[in-house]
Amino acid sequence: MSAAARPLVEQPPDREPWPVMRGEHPAAALTDHLLAPLWRSSPTWWLLFGLSSLGTLLLLFTVTYTVARGIGVWGNNIPVAWAFAITNFVWWIGIGHAGTFISAFLILLNQRWRGSINRVAEAMTIFALVNAALFPLLHLGRPWFFYWLIPYPATMGVWPNFKSALPWDVAAVTTYFTVSLLFWFLGLVPDLASARDRAPSRLKRLVYGVFAMGWRGSGFQWQRYRVAYVLLAALATPLVISVHSVVSLDFSIAQLPGWHSTIFPPYFVVGAIYSGLAMVFVLLLPLRRAFGLYDIVTEAHLSAMAKLMLAMGLMLAYSYVVEIFMSWYSADFAEQYTYLTARPAGPYAIAYWIMTVLNVVTPQLFWVRRFRTSTRVLFLASIGILVGMWMERFIIIVTSLNRDFLTSSWHIYMPTWVDWGILAGSLGLFGFLFLLFVRFVPSVAISEVKELSIELGRDGAELAGAAGDA
Amino acid sequence: MRERTWSAGAYLAEFDSADALTRAAHAMEESGYSLLETYSPVPVAHGLRRSTSRLPIAVFIVGALGGLASYLIQWYANAYSYPLDIGGRPSHAVPAFLIPTFEGTVLSAALAAFFGFFIVARLPQPYHPVFDIDGFERATVDRYWLAIDAADDRSSPDLTPRELHRLDPLRVVRLEGGS
Repeated sequence: MSAAARPLVEQPPDREPWPVMRGEHPAAALTDHLLAPLWRSSPTWWLLFGLSSLGTLLLLFTVTYTVARGIGVWGNNIPVAWAFAITNFVWWIGIGHAGTFISAFLILLNQRWRGSINRVAEAMTIFALVNAALFPLLHLGRPWFFYWLIPYPATMGVWPNFKSALPWDVAAVTTYFTVSLLFWFLGLVPDLASARDRAPSRLKRLVYGVFAMGWRGSGFQWQRYRVAYVLLAALATPLVISVHSVVSLDFSIAQLPGWHSTIFPPYFVVGAIYSGLAMVFVLLLPLRRAFGLYDIVTEAHLSAMAKLMLAMGLMLAYSYVVEIFMSWYSADFAEQYTYLTARPAGPYAIAYWIMTVLNVVTPQLFWVRRFRTSTRVLFLASIGILVGMWMERFIIIVTSLNRDFLTSSWHIYMPTWVDWGILAGSLGLFGFLFLLFVRFVPSVAISEVKELSIELGRDGAELAGAAGDA
Repeated sequence: MRERTWSAGAYLAEFDSADALTRAAHAMEESGYSLLETYSPVPVAHGLRRSTSRLPIAVFIVGALGGLASYLIQWYANAYSYPLDIGGRPSHAVPAFLIPTFEGTVLSAALAAFFGFFIVARLPQPYHPVFDIDGFERATVDRYWLAIDAADDRSSPDLTPRELHRLDPLRVVRLEGGS
């Protein structure tokens, strides 16, 4: 996949390897093309923005209602103490993982194609984490006391219990959010400077100038910048593995059948990257069309990500099989009941089979080359995988809690309209933040794409040597 | 090597490609100039000779201290200040404490890398003399600049512009303002 080593001959569209960049892109034209969405909006943008604003209002309303009335307005109750809130938390935080995976993992592996998509993926991570962090806070019941989770010398004399999984989550999620935000902003600085220097009005020039922090692209700045950027990537990489591992410990350190398992950390990480890649597709494919990014987000990108998704899907399927096998092999009655009876044939069997079909069968499409580059198939499959992964979180949480060791305490959980409202509202907030991002922030890493175009000889500088290009 | 503060009388030459800038920078370095700087929209692969960044060392030290502090906070809170006996489990629980310790290490190292960069790069800096040059905006778009400070031992109004012109730039400008 090394872009630099590949011959610079245009490939016919049905043959691999596809080029990571098409066409001739002189630096000024490329910069202006990628900055264009910052200077003008479109009716489609306003329509989507209006819809997602409504979703955000729904979230505000349902959250206010929850805080004012207490979490009794949700459907969860003992024994199903964790339901939609924690399902949503785990789902959103998992989605966040693909951003760091694409931007940090792939930079260390020197995968140059990441430059066209990393900005979108990083923004997705940050907005998914904003949503994720909301749920455990609300689930506390008295969210205004959230600061009790932070170790500070309180007059009460008590401290958080660091042997509990909750402060681990706080540490893992705040670290992840902070590092993702720093990494994203550092990557943005040179592009914000380009926006400053191309701004059509004095006000815009001033605003982007403030955020560009006076970047002028001196050799010294670039050299130190690269050092800091790679350092941050190296620091963010273990977080891809650790954050969802820590989240999975919330479950696996409990003794509940369906939770108490050593496979959980890798199983959760794989599922996280899987759902995150699906969300990247859901955001990237419409963006590619709306902003005309076909030349820089090519079949090479789509195919590479589809292959990653297939790999993650296979590892997830393997985890499902191992879970079932281990429950049988454990010869433990409660374990066997949960995996072999309650989940496939219990009250939530529909969710279980939706999960299994969508998560295990859908990625098998990507064995076929044509499907790996078909935007329609990719988009629909990604939506399917996102739904499947949400079902997986729901199945893990609810089916384990609703039927545990004592039949006398079995209980059927049903979500209320507030549960559904918060879930729909969080999707609205995600869209709202993402739309603001694509409108006001360069959504492609301009300097990285420019660097790549120069390296590949696609900057239009040597037109004579590039004959035959489309 | 820190980035220079430019004084009046500095010369800047504009080029239209990274290759031209690289060639010019190397040529000027060879003719004996030492106070040079480049400006470019993308990092120049083979730029000027520069000192190695000490940022990784700072990041390592801050990360290690952050990890240590994270562990000590947990030890102080749960094992020393207010130990809780829950089913006879040890109040000093090393395996449990390692998770926030790891997170604290990564968090402090990342903060050090981020703020460390802005400190060594002397940013934010809203004004810089080079911004006064008409057309310098394109340094973040598609133009490449080579600058020679007036304080350079070899720099002179007779010699330097001529030497720069020999490198076939788009133009050579003299910085009038500056600090």
